[in-house]
Order: sequence, then structure tokens, then C-alpha cells
Amino acid sequence: MRFWGAGLLILIAASAFAIVRTDDVRNQVLALSFYGLLLGLMFFIFQAPDVALSQITVGAMALPLMVMLALTRMKHRAALGKGEKEKSHE
Amino acid sequence: MSEKRRLLLFLAGAVGLAAIYTAGILNMPAWGTYRGPYGDVIAGLVVFQRHATDVVNAITYDYRGFDTLGEEFILFSAVTGVTLLLRPESEEKKKKFEEGENPASFQDRAALSETVQVFTTAMFGFSVLFGIYIGTHGQLTPGGGFQGGLIVAAAPMLLYVAENTEAFERIISHPIADFLESVGASAYALIGVGALALGLPFLTNMLPLGTTGDIFSSGTIALISACVGLEVAAAFMGLTYEYLREILSRSRNEED
Repeated sequence: MRFWGAGLLILIAASAFAIVRTDDVRNQVLALSFYGLLLGLMFFIFQAPDVALSQITVGAMALPLMVMLALTRMKHRAALGKGEKEKSHE
Repeated sequence: MSEKRRLLLFLAGAVGLAAIYTAGILNMPAWGTYRGPYGDVIAGLVVFQRHATDVVNAITYDYRGFDTLGEEFILFSAVTGVTLLLRPESEEKKKKFEEGENPASFQDRAALSETVQVFTTAMFGFSVLFGIYIGTHGQLTPGGGFQGGLIVAAAPMLLYVAENTEAFERIISHPIADFLESVGASAYALIGVGALALGLPFLTNMLPLGTTGDIFSSGTIALISACVGLEVAAAFMGLTYEYLREILSRSRNEED
């Protein structure tokens, strides 16, 4: 069991590296969600099911969702600003 | 620095890390052993003292309930802060925003497959039910109000994924969410004050404890967990709406 745990920790480190190396920010959010899921699995393997559930709901769902929502809003706002500028040029 | 030297540096670091990591793993205490005294003491006492089988929730909502009260209000004020930051702008600017051409091209993406549409819609009811189950069984099994509330609040997002925007907006913009958020947050504090009214210390578990393993057991633990769930679900839904408010009102205008 201890070696499964050790292997899982290495997998988590590798996926954290993968998040940093992802270029597109939307893909990064999806990678972050997967990373959150892995952390949830880790808490479960290390015998903390309560924390695992919190981690899955927050780390794999709520946090990526919030980042995604903020990105959507920013994109919307930026596009709006651009549209207004073009209008004033006409 | 040349490629080769960088690789050498990396290899030296990796070998060192591997050596330390392996030594650490091999010298760990046996799997599942616990060396502190408090965990074992509380695990032995909790079923007799509180009639709750999930020790973690008995601790969070009872033994250290005062800390959790603070955490709940951290969440409450954080959500209030975000709502304030994302508040709608002046009417004039809002009008401009809604009347202008649609800048974000929502139309030119690929059509949603029927499989996704049917499956996500079917999952909606299941998610709500699962969230309620997790939220109400916190005193018996892992889970509790916080996790359950988040699952319930995430269920409407499935409708958004299925492009059922109308139903999605109707759910998350419902005015009762604000009300329930306040009710959930204040009910926790009021339960604590209720104990004071009976002449007991703040947040004492003063309700009848019931039968161990029963859903209505463990006194205030289950009740507080439900309040937290209510608050978290309403707060998260409100937060989602604040983010999407402008985008939703825009796409609604387009449909008209």
C-alpha cells in the first residue's frame, strides 16, 4: 500500500508539471481539474475520505469552474471593448 | 548554458531527489498507524458522546464548531465581496452593452451532440439527489453539508452544458438563493445562541441525540451540517449567476 501511495505522489508531481507546461489557458483549467481529482484520490488512498470529498468538490469542480467563468467574462468584456472602439472609429 | 549541461544538472537533481524520496518512503511508519493521542481518544468517545459515526464531522460541527462558524462566515463574506465586485454597472453602460453587436461569437461553434445533451440533462436530477444525500448523511458517512451543497449547486451547470440556458438561468437567478444563503449562515449562529438561552455554553449540542446510525441522530451536528449545505449551495449558485449575468442577458436579447 505504501508503494501505491508513493507512486501516486509522483504522478501528482508529474501532473502539476503538466499544468505548468500547458500553453492554452483553457486547457490549463482542464488540467487543473484533473489534478484536483488526483489529489482527491490521494486523500482517499491516505485514508481521509472526508477530505477527499471536499477536495473533489472544490479542487476538481468549484475552482476550475470559477476560473472558467472568470475567463468567459473577461473574454466577453474584452470583445465588447473592441466592438465599442471600432464603432467610435466609424 | 548548453543543452548537455542543463541535462546533466537535471539528472543530478533528479538522482538526488529520487534517493531522498526512496529513503523517506522506506522509513515511513507502517501504513495507517497514528502516533498522536487525541485521534484515538476522540474516535473512541464520539459514538457514545454524540451518537455520530463520522468522527470528522462530529469534530468540525461540534467539538470545534466555533472554528467552523468562523470558516462559514469567511465563505459568506468572500461571496459577498465577489458579488460586490461583479455588480452590474450603471444603467446607461448596461444598455449599451445589451444593444451593441454581439462581440463574443457564440454562434460559430460546433453544434452540441445529442448524446451530450441527453446525458447531461438526465444527470441533473441525479446530481441534485446525490448532493442532498451527501449533505444529509454527514453525521453517518463521509461527506456533509459543505460537499453536498457544492454538488447541488453544480447540478444547474449541467443544464448550461446541455445548452438549456433558459432553465439554467431560471434556476440560478432565483431570488430565493439570496434568502437561503442568509438563512443558512445565520441559522448556524442562532443554534449556538440557542444553547446560551438554555444556560449552556455557546454551540453546545443541546438537541436529543437520537439512535446512532439514524438519519435524525447526533443532535445539532446534522442540523448545522444542513445549514452549512444550504448556505454553500445558495452562495455558489449566486456566485455563478453574478459571473454569467451579463452574458445570459445578452443571449436572451438575441433570442427575442
